[in-house]
Amino acid sequence: MAKNDLVSGSIWDEYSNQVINRMNNPQHQGEITEERAKELNAKLIVADFGAESCGDAVRLYWAVDEATDKILESKFKSFGCGTAIASSDVMAELCVGKTVDEAVKITNIDVERALRDNPDTPAVPPQKMHCSVMAYDVIKKAAAEYKGVDMESFEEEQIVCECARVSLATLKEVIRLNDLKTVEEITDYTKAGAFCKSCIKPGGHEEKEIYLVDILADTRAEMDQEKLKVAADASASGTLSFDKMTLVQRIKAIDTVLDEDIRPMLVMDGGNMEIIDIKENIPHYDLYIRYLGACSGCASGSTGTLYAIESVLRQKVDENIRVLPI
Amino acid sequence: MEVYLDNNATTIVDPIVYEEMRPFFCEKYGNPNSLHRFGAGTHPKMMEALDYLYSGINASDDDDIIIVSNATESINTVIKGVWIDQILNGNKNHIITSEVEHPAVTATCKFLESQGVSVTYLPVNENGVLEAHTVKDFIRDDTALVSIMWANNETGKLFPIKEIGEICKEAGVLFHSDATQAIGKVPVDVQEANIDFMSFSAHKFHGPKGVGALYIKKGIKITPLLHGGEQMGGKRAGTVDVASMVGMGFAMKLAVENLEFEATEVKRLRDKLEAAILEIPETVVIGGKENRTPNTTLISIRGVEGESMLWDLNQNGVGASTGSACASEDLEANPVMNAFGSDSELAHTGVRFSLSRFNTEEQIDYAIDVIKKAVTRLRNISSSYAYAPSSHKCGL
Repeated sequence: MAKNDLVSGSIWDEYSNQVINRMNNPQHQGEITEERAKELNAKLIVADFGAESCGDAVRLYWAVDEATDKILESKFKSFGCGTAIASSDVMAELCVGKTVDEAVKITNIDVERALRDNPDTPAVPPQKMHCSVMAYDVIKKAAAEYKGVDMESFEEEQIVCECARVSLATLKEVIRLNDLKTVEEITDYTKAGAFCKSCIKPGGHEEKEIYLVDILADTRAEMDQEKLKVAADASASGTLSFDKMTLVQRIKAIDTVLDEDIRPMLVMDGGNMEIIDIKENIPHYDLYIRYLGACSGCASGSTGTLYAIESVLRQKVDENIRVLPI
Repeated sequence: MEVYLDNNATTIVDPIVYEEMRPFFCEKYGNPNSLHRFGAGTHPKMMEALDYLYSGINASDDDDIIIVSNATESINTVIKGVWIDQILNGNKNHIITSEVEHPAVTATCKFLESQGVSVTYLPVNENGVLEAHTVKDFIRDDTALVSIMWANNETGKLFPIKEIGEICKEAGVLFHSDATQAIGKVPVDVQEANIDFMSFSAHKFHGPKGVGALYIKKGIKITPLLHGGEQMGGKRAGTVDVASMVGMGFAMKLAVENLEFEATEVKRLRDKLEAAILEIPETVVIGGKENRTPNTTLISIRGVEGESMLWDLNQNGVGASTGSACASEDLEANPVMNAFGSDSELAHTGVRFSLSRFNTEEQIDYAIDVIKKAVTRLRNISSSYAYAPSSHKCGL
């Protein structure tokens, strides 16, 4: 929030001239009849996507040359806001002259970029990005009709953020690689959630199958689980370094050395010691201990005995251990 | 031609109101709390303004009408005040309101829910009206406050305030009404309606923006929202915006004087506009025509999405409003549109036209022409009007 956000303007002010012109005068609005398709010696494809009750609905017509799979004519009808109509218009235009396989590669990002007046300024405000998503989906629907396949077959990956076209696999990978901990970080890295925001968490204007908050939580949980497994496996094989151990493993490792090398000596003198805590104080690991029995109050607890404990632990566990009696 | 048909959002300041306000900027600019002639010189007009406000809503001289910055502040003062007085310090922990209130009410209630308060949001019926018996059914022993709007901003539907007031009185529960959309459109009588608190904003009835009022019935205690000086009897601190207060008072005077005009001439123009739109096939008045403010009509035009309709109207100089999600910055449909529930298409095809006494016959004729042309153009583009809407899971 800053000065520019304090007086919120009309979303219409953020529409590009292209959006305005295409809304006022769409060039590819209309339909292709069976007669017209025959005239072109082409196959007529009619695809519907969306519904009025959802706020957006579009019907796409293609006349496709079956010999070349080339889209000869492309028209649309659209129920929706200004940006939905403008997106449908540019989408229909982008299809013309392309083969069906080429058309399927048109994304909502392509549609939005084609509506820009200049390459660096978005054609629509962020919350309107979703209006071009429908244009993308209806192309897949039309191609599926033409090829007689399911439209899902064109989507190899599960898309979580439709506006920025970010897949589930990409999100998981980015979270892992960069050790991301917040949704804001995910948005910074991928742009997912930066536009209409519906994919961030439930309650947005569109219901989603999966949300960024869940993906983050699940991936973080998977990462923690894997970390534990790695630690457990390494521990079992005896190859785990102290810095990779969990807290419990560190305590166990230290306790084992204490039991074997330190405590027998202390017990012989009627004393003992216990571990209170281990704190990471990089590069050191501070081991807080308490002397028990005869050791408690013994003068050498802070000199010779302490030195002996510390040097054994440094030698057998980790050279950065510091022992601090309380 | 420019035609403003969004008077439920805000209204033009009546030039008479403006003239009454004008001296308080550069001539009578004294602080009303100062002892000297500059300050005291503001008092006569402030008292006159109060007289108009008191008589305008039939408040008793023993009641309080606190001048605040807008209806939102007024509503926050009531709900948070009751929270502090009755909920934090007592055994009561429950507020009743409706699903179709202005966000000033619902967002404040949501905030209090986060503080542990129990809130019931009552649904409206198929006509968008809250039925009084519903309130009765939900009052509990620990209900501290009932807050129900007098008239709905989207549909103009009038709620049974008098009956709800009686129910609250019998149950010993405080009753607040947001009358922001009622003042200047229908008679508002706080005594007849058994109101304990009432809120309104001047800019909805041809007064200035940035000033509103909170009516508090005699004897009802309320903790102020703003602490500071002793202005407004200690119930709302801060130097009073004298010009705005005077403006609101005179706007109230004129609003009351024009109630008959509102009920006849404004209604006639609204009905003319509505009838002309309803001549277009597959159009319907959302919430029905009965029992609503005389200036408002919310119409669903099948196959025409709300924002695209507003766009075409705006291109031709006509300003209206829609509760469609696509026209709002946060892409959330107006809850009033969603509350109708049974027909989700209405949420996307509703356009609200709200008139005022400043609209003329010529303007309405022009608007009708623009609306019909816009519907023709947009239905020609529309897929859902040309074909039966496909069944599809929303969310794409």
